[in-house]
Amino acid sequence: MRTWLRQHREALARALGRLGAQRMATLLNALVIGVALSLPAGGYLLLSGLQGVAQRVSYEPQVSVFLKAGAAQADLEARMRRDPRVAGLRFVSRDEALAELRVTEELADVVAQLERNPLPDAFVVRSADAAPAALEALAEALRALPGVARVQVDSAWAQRLAALVRTGRLALGALAVLLATGLVAVTFNTIRLQILTQREEIEVSRLLGASDGFVRRPLLYLGFLQGLAGGALGLAILAGALAVLNVGVRELAQTYGSSFSLPFLPWDDALSVVGFSGFLGWLGSAMSVSRHLR
Amino acid sequence: MISFSAVSKRYPGGLEALRGVSFTIEAGELVFVTGPSGAGKSTLLKLIPAIERPTAGSVVVNGQNVGALKRGAIPYLRRNLGLVFQDHKLLYDRSVFDNVMLPLSFGTLAPRDAARRTRAALDKVGLLERERANPIQLSGGEQQRLAIARAVVNRPAVLVADEPTANLDEDSAWRIVDILLSFHQVGVTLVVATHDQALVARHGRRVLQLAAGRLAGA
Repeated sequence: MRTWLRQHREALARALGRLGAQRMATLLNALVIGVALSLPAGGYLLLSGLQGVAQRVSYEPQVSVFLKAGAAQADLEARMRRDPRVAGLRFVSRDEALAELRVTEELADVVAQLERNPLPDAFVVRSADAAPAALEALAEALRALPGVARVQVDSAWAQRLAALVRTGRLALGALAVLLATGLVAVTFNTIRLQILTQREEIEVSRLLGASDGFVRRPLLYLGFLQGLAGGALGLAILAGALAVLNVGVRELAQTYGSSFSLPFLPWDDALSVVGFSGFLGWLGSAMSVSRHLR
Repeated sequence: MISFSAVSKRYPGGLEALRGVSFTIEAGELVFVTGPSGAGKSTLLKLIPAIERPTAGSVVVNGQNVGALKRGAIPYLRRNLGLVFQDHKLLYDRSVFDNVMLPLSFGTLAPRDAARRTRAALDKVGLLERERANPIQLSGGEQQRLAIARAVVNRPAVLVADEPTANLDEDSAWRIVDILLSFHQVGVTLVVATHDQALVARHGRRVLQLAAGRLAGA
C-alpha cells in the first residue's frame, strides 16, 4: 500500500514537473479548456438568473375573476374563500377599476370620453400554488361558479418565460456535450504529443521493466491536472465576465426598482465544474494513452 | 537458468533471424554469442527479456516460458535481468544519477535505499564523481559504463550485454570487459554478444557461434 501510494505521489510529482516545465503550453491548454467550460457555465448562470426571475414572478400568481352584472358578490367571495387553493382575494369594484384607469396617463383621455362605466366588478384571486397547471385548475373551478363572466390567468407570460428557460436549458445541454467532447479531444491530442515527446523515455523505461501502470500514471495525472487547471481558469473567466455583465444588469434592474444582479455559481456547483473538468481531462488522457501506448 | 529449445524467429516481412536454436546456460556461466553481422546475435539476446517473442520453440528464463508470458508479467521478468544495449539507450534529458536510478523507480525500494544503491552501482563502474553530469558529457566508454551501472543497479542474477565493446577504443573496451567480468566473478550469469574475436579468444570459456540464424557451434 505504501509503495502504491509512493508511486502515485511520484507520478503526480512527475506530472506537475512536466506541467511546470512547459508553462506556456500548459497555460494555453488550460485557457482553451477554460474558455470552452466558461461558455456552458456562463449560460447556466444566465438561465439560472432568468429562472429565478420567472419563479419570483410566478410566486405571486393572480387570477382575475370578472363578474356578471348583478352577481352576488358576498356569496361568491365566501365560496372562493372556502377553496383551499385560494391564498387570498381582493374585490375590485367597477368604479374602482374605472378610477384606476382614469389615473393611467395613456388611458385618461379615452376614459373621459366614456358615457358610462363599461367595466365589470372583479375579484383578484391569489393562488396558493404557483405551478401553471394548478393555476389553470383553479381558473377552471372559478369559471364554474355562478355569476362569473370570465376568468383570466395572469401567468401566461411567466409560462412563456419558463418554456424559454427550458428550451435554453436543452440548448445549453447540447452545447455542454459538444464542448465537453471538444475538451476531451484537446486533452487527447495534448497527451498524444506528450507521448511523442517522451517516446524515448517510455521505450527505455519499458525495456528496463516499467509496468504499463508506471508509464501511464503520470500521463493520466497530466490530463487530470490540465483539466483541473482549465476548470479553475474557466471559473476565473466566468467571474470576470459576470462582474462586467452585472454592471449592465444592475442598471437595467434599477429601472424596474430592483437590485437584481446575476449571482456567481454556488461553491458546490463551482467545485463540480472544476471536478468535472478534471474528469474530462482524465478521460481524454485515458483514451489517448490506450490508443497510443499499446 | 536460460534455456532455448528449437527456437526460431521470423520477423514480419519474412526475415528468418533464428532457425531451430537450442542451448542451455546454467546459473553463473559466462557465455559469448558470436557471429558475423546479421547472424542473429541481437535477436537471440532480445528473446531473453521478451523484447522479441519466438515464432517457434520455447525460451525459458528463470523457470518462466518467456514466449508464453502475459504482457503484464514481462516487466517483472525484465526487472530481474540486467540489460546492456548496443546503443546504450541512455536518457539525455536527465543526469547520470537519474539514469541509473530509473530501474529502481519501478520497484518497491524506498527512495533513500534506491539512492544508496544507485551510488554503489556508479561507484562500481567508476562514475560516482560524474553522477550530476549529463550523459551527453560522457565519452563513449563512460556512456557504456553508465549503461552497465543501470543494468546492474537492480542486482540481477543475469546480465545480458549486446556488443558492449562496439565502437570503443581498445582501452575502453578492455575496461568494459573487466567490469562485466567483475560481476560474473560474484556469481552473475553473463551473456555477451560480440563479434570481437580477440575478446572471445581471451575470455571465451563458452561460445555460442551463430551463422545465418543457426547455431554453428556451442
